[in-house]
Amino acid sequence: MAMLSFEKKYRVRGGTLVGGDLFDFWVGPFYVGFFGVTTVFFTVLGTLLILYGAALQGTFNVWTINIAPPDLKYGLAFAPIKEGGLWQLITICAIGAFVSWALRQAEISRKLGMGYHIPVAYGVAVFAYITLVVIRPLLLGAWGHGFPYGIFSHLDWVSNVGYQYLHFHYNPAHMIAVSFFFATTLALSLHGALVLSALNPPKGEPVKTPEHENTFFRDLIGYSIGTLGIHRLGLFLALSAGFWSAVCIVISGPFWTRGWPEWWGWWLNLPIWS
Amino acid sequence: MSFTLKIVLAVLGALGVIVVVTSFERPPVNVVQVGQRGTAMELVANPRALAARAPRHAVPEPTPPVDAAGQKASEVYENVQVLGDLDANAFTRLMIAITAWVSPEQGCNYCHNPENLASDEVYTKVVTRRMLQMTRTINASWQAHVGQTGVTCYTCHRGRPVPEEVWATDPDPHRTRGIAASAAGQNIASPAVGLSSLPHDPFTPFLLRDDPIRVTGTRPLPHGNPATIMGAEWTYALMVHFSAATGQNCTFCHNTQNFGKWESSTPQRVTAWHGIRMVRAVNNDYIEPLRPLWAANPHGPPERGDATQSRLGPGGDPWKVSCGTCHLGANKPLLGRSMLADYPELNAVTLGPLRSAAR
Repeated sequence: MAMLSFEKKYRVRGGTLVGGDLFDFWVGPFYVGFFGVTTVFFTVLGTLLILYGAALQGTFNVWTINIAPPDLKYGLAFAPIKEGGLWQLITICAIGAFVSWALRQAEISRKLGMGYHIPVAYGVAVFAYITLVVIRPLLLGAWGHGFPYGIFSHLDWVSNVGYQYLHFHYNPAHMIAVSFFFATTLALSLHGALVLSALNPPKGEPVKTPEHENTFFRDLIGYSIGTLGIHRLGLFLALSAGFWSAVCIVISGPFWTRGWPEWWGWWLNLPIWS
Repeated sequence: MSFTLKIVLAVLGALGVIVVVTSFERPPVNVVQVGQRGTAMELVANPRALAARAPRHAVPEPTPPVDAAGQKASEVYENVQVLGDLDANAFTRLMIAITAWVSPEQGCNYCHNPENLASDEVYTKVVTRRMLQMTRTINASWQAHVGQTGVTCYTCHRGRPVPEEVWATDPDPHRTRGIAASAAGQNIASPAVGLSSLPHDPFTPFLLRDDPIRVTGTRPLPHGNPATIMGAEWTYALMVHFSAATGQNCTFCHNTQNFGKWESSTPQRVTAWHGIRMVRAVNNDYIEPLRPLWAANPHGPPERGDATQSRLGPGGDPWKVSCGTCHLGANKPLLGRSMLADYPELNAVTLGPLRSAAR
């Protein structure tokens, strides 16, 4: 695979979190490392287990393959392999692969002397997944509260969990998460449009500078967050969306059992209305 | 940051913490699985809230049984129209029970003229006859909803002359006139619809009239579905009322993968389907026809005691029955305990026409 002439300069040994020099090498453009090996191990094992589950189910239609969690009666114990145990093993593999991937990002960051922003950002997505399949099931007392692994089946699960609380749009954390999702796409599209507009002037004119970009937004809304600031803002908006998504599901059940519209009773009951 | 701004932010933050800490519940919670694993067909409940509400569903001690008098009530007393086939002592026992169930503070005189117990001059006595026939009809003809558990006066009344959860058509749109007037009863945050913004009176169209409830199409688009988005809001409002009335969530009856599909719904949906028709029949066959009596006595009978609330809603129609009237937040009224078994007299009510429909 292609490698730029100067890339080799940055391929330094060391900086690993565990294992010392073991696996401290590259395969083509890819850094391997201890966590690269564990990533591959968990990914391959988990995928094979999903294929085994599909074989047990009797379908290889990607839409309808369904790896369901155990019945609630198994609580926080291991379930028989064909009654949800497979889901438990695949969950372990998924978390193993996702965490390995984050730690591999951390090792690469260390090698390059960079900050840990990338593994932290990726870690928020992993945290949201772990909230769904570990933290919330622990709080509710059964692995059966995890979501099933399947394209259609997980959508049906989401629908039923939402309707367990009558109207999920009234979930306050869901409101915040959705707002952040919209805000992050708006910010990204504004940022992308601004950069492209500065880099694509009319034919014959020079490319515009960040000063032009700043001036555009100062003219438009009186403020420009700046070239570095927009990336901090983008990271904040995107991570907040994922974080509040995790909050909105973990409070549904463990911290609220009724319809979400009813939660707003505290607002209606404030002593300021009468 | 100025000192004042810091103070304001600190106060707002403290208020936010108070709201978050006091408005939520906490683990552990009860979850019951009612469907295949991985489908999230589950019922969620807070055991501490259930325990706190248990007294509301307590069953009163049954009136002690009595020996038979050997004579029918109709032979001993005058003007006994619907309970005449009862033994005279059983009749008296039932009268005592009804007093305890419906007018414990007001006593016998809530319905009777103490000078002449046989007289129909107190309108509540005439109402009671129809209510006894209604009870008999529910227990005899609506077992698809009430099962063998059945109902008694207490199922709705709970010691109150006017049951706690009743409704009347709301004539006031709570809205300005003009362009903002067409909110279709939405955005009131009514307890009837679980404090949501859904139409606040789902009762009149579905529990009095029989407007169509089903809004989901049964054929793929574009073959047409006459239901409207607004209709879906009304249906949603009725469904949220079911939830508020029974303390259960949507997955008690429905697999939301397809709300309308009976094959993937739970058996409770069948019970609820019959319940809708039962409530509609109760309102149309028993409550509404008594309107003239309440209209003539809008503040109740002379011996009403503390029960001074109007017998008519703001629109002049009588208070009517919803699911919450019996259920009061429990999926089975009185948590499924049968009082009817202790009062078989209620199954001996005569269903024929009454001699005096009004005083």
